Amino acid sequence: MKLEIRRLSLRLEQFALEVNVDLQNARTGIFGPSGAGKTSLLEVIAGLRKAERASICLNDQLFDDTVRGYSLPVRLRKIGYVPQDDSLFPHLSVRQNLLYGTDGKSKRDTFSFDHVTSFLQITSLLDRDVRSLSRGENQRIVIARALLSAPRLLLLDEPLTALDASLKKSILQQLRSLDHEFGIPMLYVTHDPTEATEICQEVLILECGRLISRGNPLELLS
Amino acid sequence: MWLTPAEWQIVGFTLVVCALSTLMILPFGLAVAWSLARYRWPGKVLVETLVTLPLVLPPVATGLLLLKFLSRRGGVGLFLHQHLGIDIVFTWRAVVAAAAVMSFPLLVRSARVGFQTVNQRFEQIARTLGAGDARVFFTITFPLASRGIIAGIVLAFARAVGEFGATIMVAGNIPGRTTTLSLEIFETVQLGHDASAYRLLIVSVIIAFGAVWLSEALTKRSAPQ
Repeated sequence: MKLEIRRLSLRLEQFALEVNVDLQNARTGIFGPSGAGKTSLLEVIAGLRKAERASICLNDQLFDDTVRGYSLPVRLRKIGYVPQDDSLFPHLSVRQNLLYGTDGKSKRDTFSFDHVTSFLQITSLLDRDVRSLSRGENQRIVIARALLSAPRLLLLDEPLTALDASLKKSILQQLRSLDHEFGIPMLYVTHDPTEATEICQEVLILECGRLISRGNPLELLS
Repeated sequence: MWLTPAEWQIVGFTLVVCALSTLMILPFGLAVAWSLARYRWPGKVLVETLVTLPLVLPPVATGLLLLKFLSRRGGVGLFLHQHLGIDIVFTWRAVVAAAAVMSFPLLVRSARVGFQTVNQRFEQIARTLGAGDARVFFTITFPLASRGIIAGIVLAFARAVGEFGATIMVAGNIPGRTTTLSLEIFETVQLGHDASAYRLLIVSVIIAFGAVWLSEALTKRSAPQ
């Protein structure tokens, strides 16, 4: 993966998010306290929020270039986005949620449904009502739905918040083997040092909208 | 059955014109509700006011305005008469027009609330999954707003059934041509035909009850919020 974020500038309530960075690791963490601008950064990459200034490029695919007034529509970015809040469509079944991103795509363009559901251990949940799912089940399905759309990059925004320790551990193991299993790189936002050190090969520390350091998570966060 | 043939004709006519008026305002009402719920644009307050106006104006005043616009001497009426040979005033079309104008605000207000309550996060997620604007609207926004939309449709229909003041101004009360349930109840009371008035009253209650019941049933089946 090669993600280039150049001269990103976005005014937030308390400060401006200013980021200029190149990322190459398959599992990169963005670590920082709440309100540091982590979610805003992910939203800009996904195209859900417009920066005042930015040039963003993923593997030679230009996402944004504000100087030229260019912005690739969200639906064409092929980004798997896993937000921290509930994002399963409440009027659709678990199966319909999972298949939402595969509609209109050929089988070559998506991962095998069976492979993804068995890898994330959600096969038994397919016929459940989304309102009856536990928080852990819910997050597994959100991750599976994002994977099934065969994204070029996964953006995970504190996906394990509010999960108990044992559940967190089991999903962390699955997340760590995602890039090996499916070859999809990820940006993982967290404010939990344990999660960052468990999953990420590299971590960037964001404070008040600025990257203050980057490096090996074990060295930076221990 | 306990209704006379003439009363059955009135009930049938009322249901048909009200269904027609509700269908007519549906696409336009949803478009207005959507744009009011989601966007800021110049003149928005003016449109909001105009949409609400039939709710607060005396119905006969709205009827008078309609009479002005739709008669052969009015702008729209003149155009339709000269170019399409269609007359509106004092025909069934005037009944539909009056019902449409009077029920439009209720559809828009309710559908607008429906659109406003949709969590836009779901629409964003759908886009990240590759959905275009039309697919997002029809598979996410519309189903999630369906409670408000259904409630709006039912309210609009029920308001159309109960419409009186504007209808009598613009369509009159011509037996067999423009007489609706409300107009006939008024007429029979005026003439002292109480039995007929009470029969039609019972029909009105059944229609209102059925509409509300249908709305409840449909919204229970539709999207959770």
